[in-house]
Amino acid sequence: MDFFTNIGLIHYLTAAAVLFGFGLFCIITRRHAVGILLGVELILNAAALNFVAFEHFVAGGITGQVFTVFIICLAASEAAIALAIVLQVFRAHKTIIADEIADMKN
Amino acid sequence: MQQGPLFVASFWALFLLTVGSAGIVALSRNVIYSTIALLGTFLGIAGMYIQLSADFLAAVQVLVYVGGTLTLILFAVMLTAKIENIQTSNTWRGRSVAFVVIMFVLLILGRVANSTSWPAVTREAMPSTAKLGHAFLSEFMLPFEIASVVLLGAMIGAVVLARRAVKSGSDKE
Repeated sequence: MDFFTNIGLIHYLTAAAVLFGFGLFCIITRRHAVGILLGVELILNAAALNFVAFEHFVAGGITGQVFTVFIICLAASEAAIALAIVLQVFRAHKTIIADEIADMKN
Repeated sequence: MQQGPLFVASFWALFLLTVGSAGIVALSRNVIYSTIALLGTFLGIAGMYIQLSADFLAAVQVLVYVGGTLTLILFAVMLTAKIENIQTSNTWRGRSVAFVVIMFVLLILGRVANSTSWPAVTREAMPSTAKLGHAFLSEFMLPFEIASVVLLGAMIGAVVLARRAVKSGSDKE
């Protein structure tokens, strides 16, 4: 019962690992381009959670939170750029299924 | 430090919220449901940030992710997907391969986490916004400025990419 009542580092690492696993699953199995983007967001969140958890339990100080701010910043800009690309691809191809956009293969 | 029952209960509630919504994000057949379930994941992680004494990050998480990124993704989904047609919006491929890969990765992660003796200290959850601000304006000044340039570049790039290409006939006027 100690595992359930004494919340420590390993609990947050577990949550982050599960998030990472779901994100990877999302990226591998999805064919919809926005679905793949959702997986990327999950993985970025898992990494940020790991940074904050390690900072709180192991390192101390403030560095982990600084890195997490940068992760959030990059995730926001990545989402904006990726969605602009998605819109342009949809205009050009009338589809957003990643498998069917294969111009460079021909 | 003895953790109160409220802390433990709130952790497990946040854990269930985060992991459950992430499961819906990854497994739902409908991409709209996936996008909306991402809201639960973001909120759960914001709660975990508060438990980990990162109160400013929790606010930023809610503002930037829920207010900005999620809205953006929802717009993209609604503008592009044929939402009502599940077959086109979210079919699956390679589930067994993905499952094997993820089990492999999680095994490695679990083994590393268990075999390393982290020098873990249990600390009280303290407000840390002031310390974060001082760190940004002293030690991490240059990365902070570079991040703002990156954001500006991304903003201009997104506008340039997303605007409709001007027809060659209409720009002569």
